[in-house]
Amino acid sequence: MSTLRNVDIILSARSLRHSFGQTEALRGIDLDIKAGEVLAIMGPSGSGKSTLLHCLAGVLTPDAGTVTYRPADGQPLVISSLSESNRSRLRLTDFGFVFQFGQLLPELSAADNVSLPLLLSGTKRREALHKSTELLDRLGLQGLGAKLPGELSGGQAQRVAVARALVTSPAVLFADEPTGALDSLASENVLTLMLELVREAGTTVVLITHDARTAAYSDREVVVRDGVVGTGYRVTA
Amino acid sequence: MNNSLTLLGLLSLEPSYGYDLKHSYDRYFGSGKALAFGQVYSTLARMVRDELIRALGEETGGGPDRKKYEITLAGQNKVREWLFTPDVPSGSLQSELFAKTVIALLLDDDADRLLDVQRREHMSRMRELTRMKQDADLLHVLVCDHGLFHIEADLRWIDHTSARLTRLKKELHSA
Repeated sequence: MSTLRNVDIILSARSLRHSFGQTEALRGIDLDIKAGEVLAIMGPSGSGKSTLLHCLAGVLTPDAGTVTYRPADGQPLVISSLSESNRSRLRLTDFGFVFQFGQLLPELSAADNVSLPLLLSGTKRREALHKSTELLDRLGLQGLGAKLPGELSGGQAQRVAVARALVTSPAVLFADEPTGALDSLASENVLTLMLELVREAGTTVVLITHDARTAAYSDREVVVRDGVVGTGYRVTA
Repeated sequence: MNNSLTLLGLLSLEPSYGYDLKHSYDRYFGSGKALAFGQVYSTLARMVRDELIRALGEETGGGPDRKKYEITLAGQNKVREWLFTPDVPSGSLQSELFAKTVIALLLDDDADRLLDVQRREHMSRMRELTRMKQDADLLHVLVCDHGLFHIEADLRWIDHTSARLTRLKKELHSA
């Protein structure tokens, strides 16, 4: 566990435990994430890294332990104790998400997919579309806003997913294997553009990956193995 | 990397002075480690002796950098032979790390820690290379990528071995 001062820490987990039936996915995780840092969480398949992300982001409520979020302009929130509706609101306003398969809505255009989180949080349609188009342009998708996800390449669709995650200017971006389905050039392109935007905005990034070249874009990595944070895999067989 | 053959390859583009050749080499291949002038001139002298190149005459003023060299037919053949002969995959780091891992296990020492330490070192170098790629031209991006892919392969070996330490230890102690 790091020894960062509280004032620097945007997210912290203490003694986090979570099980799925008889399987213990998290077995006592302590982790501090510094505001503005890009943290890679690595580990082999089934190590618990995605469960950790879901607990940190308030998607899952841990069986035990706490997750505390310290927004820059507010009081610390113990996410793990919030109601489902409060967690949903927090995810919409303060967090952004990118997954391995963009999970774009297939019947909506790229621009509408990106606008959606803004519309859900009350932004007027014209303003939402303007902001979405601006962000799509920054991600090298000029002129593709009207395309449906099915009409885009994998790399383009993933950049739309990045735009959707960043359009609300979240404090924390959670990215779960964001380039896991892409070839190495497309992956590099998505990561470079994504990291350029988040570093410019000072967004904190929690990046789940099993890929070392992806993790090399981070400022720091931790390795989860057998549901605990270690420095290496140390899975013995 | 074979410096002599790389220099010979550059010379096959066009006749060149030793001075220019050294700068061409550094531009394409010298990232982080420029070639010494002394090494260029001694290599050129060896290649003249071996009739792979010949001097085109000396301009007034003396000094080794006043000579222009051109590749011979034998030199051109040598370059083509080099280009299309596959290299033996290098395993030097892995061999060293493998030896350390085996010794640590034989000594009942912490092989896990040893691999973790190496893993952190690898990740740190990967970060450095990834940073170097930002705003670099394609030539240097590809040099960094070459390093990144190799380090990644080493890391895979480290993870793979990490997962089999208990079994390896058992085998070593029962041998």
